[in-house]
Amino acid sequence: MKKRRDMGWYALFVLPLVFIFTTVVIIPFIIGIGYSFISWDGMPLNEKTFIGIENYTRLFADMRFITSAGHTVLFTIFSVILINILGLSFALAVTGKLRVKNAARTLLFMPYLIGGLILGYIWKFIFTDVFKSIGEMMGLTKIFFSWLLDPTYAVVAMIIVATWQMAGYIMIIYINGIQAMPEDVLEAAKVDGASFWQTLLRIKFPLIMPSFTICLFLTLSNCFKIFDVNFSLTGGGPSNATEMMAMNIYNEIFSLSNYGYGQAKAIIFFIAVAVITLIQVSITKKREVEM
Amino acid sequence: MKKLGKIIFEVLVVAVCLVYLFPIYIVLVNAFKNRQELYENMLALPDSLSFEYFAKAMDKMNFLRAFGNSLLVTVVSIAIIVILSSMTAWMLVRTDHKLSKVLFMIFVATMIIPFQTIMMPLMQVMGWARDTLHIPMLNTIGGLIYMNIGFGTSMAVFLYHGFVKSIPISLEEAATIDGCNKFKVFWKIVFPMLKPTTATVMILDVIWIWNDYLLPSLVLSSKTLRTIPLSTASFFGQFTIEWNLAMAGLMLTITPVIIFYLSAQKYIVKGVAAGAVKL
Repeated sequence: MKKRRDMGWYALFVLPLVFIFTTVVIIPFIIGIGYSFISWDGMPLNEKTFIGIENYTRLFADMRFITSAGHTVLFTIFSVILINILGLSFALAVTGKLRVKNAARTLLFMPYLIGGLILGYIWKFIFTDVFKSIGEMMGLTKIFFSWLLDPTYAVVAMIIVATWQMAGYIMIIYINGIQAMPEDVLEAAKVDGASFWQTLLRIKFPLIMPSFTICLFLTLSNCFKIFDVNFSLTGGGPSNATEMMAMNIYNEIFSLSNYGYGQAKAIIFFIAVAVITLIQVSITKKREVEM
Repeated sequence: MKKLGKIIFEVLVVAVCLVYLFPIYIVLVNAFKNRQELYENMLALPDSLSFEYFAKAMDKMNFLRAFGNSLLVTVVSIAIIVILSSMTAWMLVRTDHKLSKVLFMIFVATMIIPFQTIMMPLMQVMGWARDTLHIPMLNTIGGLIYMNIGFGTSMAVFLYHGFVKSIPISLEEAATIDGCNKFKVFWKIVFPMLKPTTATVMILDVIWIWNDYLLPSLVLSSKTLRTIPLSTASFFGQFTIEWNLAMAGLMLTITPVIIFYLSAQKYIVKGVAAGAVKL
């Protein structure tokens, strides 16, 4: 009797959420795998034809997709490095004995809250018209011109905006790591006459390894999956030079109406995200234990 | 010598902060200028403080409507995420059997699925619910809230799960002996203790839902239902040639965020850090 009543409570507490979660995440994920084996243009009345793995084999010859994957990798590598260097430097700077440290912290974190879409629009104005006008005013038209019209500089612009957005966020996590350091260890190092660099490299860095794992993981997956900044800043242009993978999938499905083919890309995208995440977590976890 | 270094360092930090502020400065000063003044010098302060373009942008963006929609979507989604996720997580921890473990595993494992992998089939499922079951899931605020809940649960359950495990069960047992049922035990005793996690979940979800663009853009098509990111995107598409008006629009959208940030800064920073560290 009691057991049956407990089961009732269990269902009452767990079922509503499990139901919503299943209909929004699990079912779409599973039928999404099915969609990746068909050819369909998204119109409900038009036929869906099963074409096996053709969507997947087609991927290898799709230069636009391969290029976008290459750009995504490049963008991710540069952004992850920059964000982490800046984030860690900010964190070290604002945990010292600075008078402006609280104001600095507040300010540096703000871009993260504004959100990628709005930030992209703000920077779009800066990289086009403001840069052009600075270049003309100072006679530096070689550096300050409309960056978003140049394929290489447009990617650099994306890296800058992503860094500007996430460095402050990453800083917050590093600050947490730095503040969790045991005071006595740092004191002991000081007493033993360790220099600034010795303390930083031999004591502080190993102690913030856990924060490093988290930050690497967060920046890696955030940068690899970037969409909002891409959408608002460059829209993928000029001539698809800055189209990242998430946007390529979006365009394939909703602009070009290749629902089946786009979904195959989306599945590959999922596998890539999963593999990167798992490799990264396992590597950094191992390193932490050795320390 | 050491003192000089300290001063230089301090100046350096201030300089970096000013560089960081530069884009906001650009938005702010150019929102007050007319077209001609803007093209004369984009870096200069405006000649006069006219709020003409703010009023115009507010009208063109249907700002108040969009703000109301965003507020409704954010508040209701988060309230339901908090209620259902905390209840579920508590049950999963306190009922120690296989099903609980499997469910928790599924919640955690699905966190790595990128949105782009689910978006198209999700729209098909919701379209089917609308056409076959006649449940208005698409182009309604309710439908968007429902999907937000679905996407928000994984992380919320994960965070609550970790916290519930750390609180002792004895209080709950005492309450049960006193004749409280599970519902009462949870709401009277457990839920108040979960406050720190609730704050973290709320902060992380506010940042996500308020700024979310892609999901609402797929779900909502009516102009009157637009949230702030949607109305900004469509407004910006129309007025990129009129940068001064566009900047006034952007200033409008970031002002509430900045006010919210400055008034709840302590909790936001704490919540963001706690959320990240537990992942």
